[in-house]
Amino acid sequence: MNKLFTEKSQAIFWNNNTKAIQRMLDYDFICKRKTPSVAAIVHPTSSASFQKFFFGDQEIMIPIYKSTTEAAKNQPTADIFLNFASFRTAAEVSLEATLIKSIRVIMITAEGIPERDTREINMKAKESGKILIGPSTVGAISPGVFKTANIGGTIEQIVKSKMHVSGSAGLVTRSGGLFNEIANTIALNADGIAEGVAIGGDRFPGSGYLDHLLRMEKNNEVKYFILLGEVGGKAEYEVIEAYEKGELTKPIVAWCIGTVVKHFNTTVQFGHAGASANTSIERAGTKNNAMKKAGFIVPRSFNDLHLRIKDLYKKLAGEGIVKAVEPTEYVIPKLPQDFSSAKKEGVIRKETNFICTISDDRGDEAHYAGHPISSVATPETGFTIADVISLLWFKKRYPKWATDFIETVIKTAADHGPAVSGAHNARVSARAGKDLVSCLCSGLLTIGPKFGGAIDGAAKYIKKAYDDKLEPKEFVSQMKQKGLAIPGIGHKIKSIKNPDLRVKGLKEFAIKHFPNTNLLDYALEVEKITSAKKDNLILNVDGTIGVLMVDMWKSLNYSDEEIDQFIECGTLNAFFVLSRTIGFIGHVLDEKRLNMPLYRHQFDDILYDVPTAELI
Amino acid sequence: MAQRAVKEYNCKHLFSKYWNEYFKDFKYDFQAAAISDSSELEEESKNKPWLTIDKLVVKPDMLFGKRGQNKLVLVKKKTVGDIELDDVIQWVDKRSKKNVTLLDGTTGALNHFLVEPFVSHNAKDELYISATTEEEYDEIHISKYGGVNIEKHWDKTIHIKIPVNSTEEDVSSLIQNKLKDSINIPNFNTFATKFYMFFKDLHFSYLELNPIIFKGNQVYLLDSVARLDDTARFIMDKSWDHIQFSSPFGQKPLTEEEIMIKKADEASGASLKLTILNPKGRVWTLVAGGGASVVYADTISDLSGVDEMSNYGEYSGNPSTEETYTYAKTVLDLMTRTSHKENKILIIGGAIANFTDVAKTFSGIILAIKDYTEKLKEVGTHIYVRRGGPNYEEGLKNIKKACEDLDIPIFVYGPETHMTDIVRLALKR
Ligand SMILES: CC(C)(COP(=O)(O)OP(=O)(O)OC[C@H]1O[C@@H](n2cnc3c(N)ncnc32)[C@H](O)[C@@H]1OP(=O)(O)O)[C@@H](O)C(=O)NCCC(=O)NCCS
Repeated sequence: MNKLFTEKSQAIFWNNNTKAIQRMLDYDFICKRKTPSVAAIVHPTSSASFQKFFFGDQEIMIPIYKSTTEAAKNQPTADIFLNFASFRTAAEVSLEATLIKSIRVIMITAEGIPERDTREINMKAKESGKILIGPSTVGAISPGVFKTANIGGTIEQIVKSKMHVSGSAGLVTRSGGLFNEIANTIALNADGIAEGVAIGGDRFPGSGYLDHLLRMEKNNEVKYFILLGEVGGKAEYEVIEAYEKGELTKPIVAWCIGTVVKHFNTTVQFGHAGASANTSIERAGTKNNAMKKAGFIVPRSFNDLHLRIKDLYKKLAGEGIVKAVEPTEYVIPKLPQDFSSAKKEGVIRKETNFICTISDDRGDEAHYAGHPISSVATPETGFTIADVISLLWFKKRYPKWATDFIETVIKTAADHGPAVSGAHNARVSARAGKDLVSCLCSGLLTIGPKFGGAIDGAAKYIKKAYDDKLEPKEFVSQMKQKGLAIPGIGHKIKSIKNPDLRVKGLKEFAIKHFPNTNLLDYALEVEKITSAKKDNLILNVDGTIGVLMVDMWKSLNYSDEEIDQFIECGTLNAFFVLSRTIGFIGHVLDEKRLNMPLYRHQFDDILYDVPTAELI
Repeated sequence: MAQRAVKEYNCKHLFSKYWNEYFKDFKYDFQAAAISDSSELEEESKNKPWLTIDKLVVKPDMLFGKRGQNKLVLVKKKTVGDIELDDVIQWVDKRSKKNVTLLDGTTGALNHFLVEPFVSHNAKDELYISATTEEEYDEIHISKYGGVNIEKHWDKTIHIKIPVNSTEEDVSSLIQNKLKDSINIPNFNTFATKFYMFFKDLHFSYLELNPIIFKGNQVYLLDSVARLDDTARFIMDKSWDHIQFSSPFGQKPLTEEEIMIKKADEASGASLKLTILNPKGRVWTLVAGGGASVVYADTISDLSGVDEMSNYGEYSGNPSTEETYTYAKTVLDLMTRTSHKENKILIIGGAIANFTDVAKTFSGIILAIKDYTEKLKEVGTHIYVRRGGPNYEEGLKNIKKACEDLDIPIFVYGPETHMTDIVRLALKR
């Protein structure tokens, strides 16, 4: 074949380098290719079986395979293998590709593959008749037809350098960075390139300048050659020899970079690994002279290279070999802009569907209400769990007495033994073999008006009575009239004489540290009345937490409306849920470690009273 | 970096480490002391009794050859092989940390020496064996005429090409076919095969023993030259005993700044390189890309003369803003330390990038320019910029605006201007 790529060429791309792949597909679009130039991705560690890409304004799915062999089996027409594995893995990946029949061209991008491995790959590629480009390269391009990965740069640059339509230069370079540069120079001074290859900066490139020039010699679209060589190695001499033997007949503009090296001893490493001259014939100056002597067009310096290209092109145009440069009629399809870049440029706007006011995960580090996570996480930051709660639940940083109170609440309500309904349900679920989250949920779903919900109720009713300035006595009797028990009052065992020590602790802390405890004081007046009726009608732990939370917020200068909204949203309940989650998880883990069998309630513990259903 | 020269001591150490694995039919006693001055030698002599018992040889071990011709090998006072520890101490004392100039003109301080037992032998028993790498094959070179005159007798050297991919059996028969029994040493062909396998397995790119002496099955490696392929480090580090490569003899020690950039380079996925050529020079560069940086260096040395070229370096592989900032700051700091009779020139150059984000890297350079505004003005800096690639318009616009705001003369060009033309423009002015 006298062309490196055709309109039918398709790649298997090793490594899911989405940016490079998208660039190839965008290139396809502006070149009006019918089929995407990437047929498959190989990514052994990927769990997905495909990846979505844009092909123009359409989305397409490119399959992902675990191995190159598998990819080739499924995509038998893909003939180009683009190896984007790291230098540690690239050799192995390339060797696999050399064994695959349907692969014709292999390109290796990694830099720093051991020389011995590279030489082995080169050998295998040669034996199996494959063209190997690289290592350490951006690859090759046949304008309008196919390009490898990132070569040519951005789409805008490709269009500027006329790399989307075929020209008449055959370009070979070592360096990938300079490839674009020369392509741009050719676009500015001639009509662009017909085929171009960057052979890569390693000491042992898989294919040399000559391999590609010989192919381009046979390609009628290539009218002249441009060779950008480098100090080090002898590959330029092979080209000279072929030219002198008549194997290359088209005019060659050539330059070898690295003339500066002669001024320094070996101690300054200029450029690529291959760019060191071991002998004087490997020097750039020597090679430039030799090329000039052989009849190549060699500029005085790199700075004049574009002038020599211009001259040659003019001459060839005069001879009718190439067309004079004129604006092409090629209409470039408009590539739809990516949403993100259009947004950045401010040319589009979009309505949002969500609002978030507590945290932000854009940027380098996620923030909790303006505090980077790292600034609140470790002990020396001085932030406690309660500080984080105050940031994320209330978007404020609370004073220490308040965060201490919140932590006290969380610790106080964390667990109440295995017998309470939530913990029991969690344990029963665990014994049924459910996973941790399900067991935890079965415990959490038990929390409601009768179990744990008293905190909400207590805060709500007692606060309302207090706000309405009801005498405690009046409040108690009004509740009685409504037929409602006062939430937060009453305990199964504890009483005035046998007080609940948890309640005692909370009360003492609040009285000592809260700026005021008006609602607690009110609730204790209520307790006096109820406990006078019956010894165990005391302000229980739920009630205490409920009223103290309200006292806390009042002391923090929240308005009554704000506090009512907190209660309405279930914020008080949230403290109980958070705290009790600790206990439930403990029960679930305990049950799982014990590995008890499925629980079945005993018959004798159930009153069976099941009449036969009536017929209606 | 690909091929790195290995000190004789390290090379022989590798031989001894793998000796029994490769050369079990032969014996090799690794007796060597690597020292940098005589006190280290005295310390070593406590653990290595042979140093006090045997007759000795001492030579510098600093990656240069022709030590005999440079009169830097001590083998005799009166007769060959009469050197004892005290003589070595005196000899080393006289040379340690002192500069020498070699016949080839390289100058450097001697600070690594190798002391070994003297091996008495006949010059005609000196053999030569080496292995080299070419693109499609390796080559083993063997000669009966080893020693200092190997080059004179090079035409008598036997060369055996070993294609890449050869198995040990292949190697063995290639050697057998070529060598037959021309080397009159029992099992020599096996030795040569194993020598090659050792060379290959350990990722040497060059390995030479000259001379090597066989006495029965006892082998003496009198001198060695070796280079390892550093890119294989990720596989070989442990096998190489975490070897640290030394710089070539006579190389100026790295400056603080060069070391800093080298460390930043090692820590980054991107590439950052800096070599200071003339700290007092006029033209300084901040160039992106390995190829482009060479072209800029070519052009500067052509147009301004190599003496005015202050630094060589490059950044590439899409470095972060932070990395570019550090890199640029280092260069700006160096260039503003001394003034020059003419205004200083800063070339911020580069080709048209494939994937490096120009705006991102330029924002690092802009930050550095801001830090050094006053100093840059003090030395009359003119900045010339030429760059293309992803987001180049934004990058060029930003740097132009920043310098204009800071009142630093700046000339900015994009891909429509030939890459090195800014060097011409800068020097014309
Ligand atoms: C070649 C190149 C594309 C590879 O990209 P990369 O990001 O280094 O490679 P990977 O994505 O494979 O990741 C590197 C490693 O991390 C590993 N890795 C990635 N994600 C991982 C994860 N979540 N867990 C564990 N390992 C992971 C990979 O398996 C890989 O391991 P390996 O090196 O042993 O194979 C890139 O290095 C490159 O562009 N280099 C520049 C080459 C160059 O300059 N060429 C010349 C152009 S002119």
